[in-house]
Amino acid sequence: MAIDTRDTPTALLLLGCPQVPVQTSVAVHLCDQLRERGIAPVIAGTGAARRLIEVADPKRHYIGEVIDLDLCIDQIAEKQRDFDLAFVFIHNDGGVSYAGTLSAISKARLVGIVYGEHADETAATITFPCEVVAVKATHNPMPLVVRLGKVLP
Amino acid sequence: MSCIDQIEYEILLQGASFRESAEYIRSHFSEWHEVEPGYLLFGAHLIGVPPVVLGIEGEDVIFPYTKPCRGTFLLRARGPDEIARLRARKKKR
Repeated sequence: MAIDTRDTPTALLLLGCPQVPVQTSVAVHLCDQLRERGIAPVIAGTGAARRLIEVADPKRHYIGEVIDLDLCIDQIAEKQRDFDLAFVFIHNDGGVSYAGTLSAISKARLVGIVYGEHADETAATITFPCEVVAVKATHNPMPLVVRLGKVLP
Repeated sequence: MSCIDQIEYEILLQGASFRESAEYIRSHFSEWHEVEPGYLLFGAHLIGVPPVVLGIEGEDVIFPYTKPCRGTFLLRARGPDEIARLRARKKKR
C-alpha cells in the first residue's frame, strides 16, 4: 500500500545495530501498524540494519523510504526535515545516545523502544524527555509488539 | 558522522558509556564546554545525551563520537578553529 507522504503524518524508525534479533521483525511490524493508521514510516539505520529490513520486505509491502542513519541525523539537525513521530530502537548505550540526540534536534513525539538482555538497566539511563517502552526481549518479539500497541496513536 | 574519518584523531577511551565519557572530560580537563546534541564539530553533527561535554587542551578538542554498534569513543583531535568557535559561545567553565 503506497502512502502519499506529502500531506500525511510521518514516523521515523531509527534502527540501531541489528545485533538483537527482535529489531528487524518489530520494525516491519511497526511499519504495518503505522500504515494502518495512515502514518508513513521512514526507516533510518546502519547499512546492516537497512539490508536486513529490505531483504525481509523485498516488495516493500510494509516498509517505505529507507535512508542512511547519518544522513537522517544531518537532515534533522540542519532543519531540512522532521517527523511527527520518532521511534528509536535501543539495546545499548549507543541507542540511548541517538535517542538523546533526537530529543534535542527533533520536534517529533519521541518513543524509545528498549529491548535486549539489559533492557531495564538501559532504560534507566534515559534521563531526557522520551516515552519509553522497555521489554527484556531478544528473540521473542511478541511482548514488545504488545507493549508498542499501547503507545501507538 | 562520516566526516570524522577525514581528520587525524587519537582515541582516549573506548567501551565507556556516553555518561562516563562526559565525566572523564569533566575530571581530566580544566576547560570544558557543554553543547546540545547535533552541534556541528569537524563537519559532523554530534550524537549524544544532552548536554554533550567537549574538552579543550592546548589546540586539541576532546569529544565523544558514537557508533551505533560500537558505542561511544572519546576522541582527541587538533582543532584551533573549533576551539575558537566553542569559546565564542557562552563559556560554561
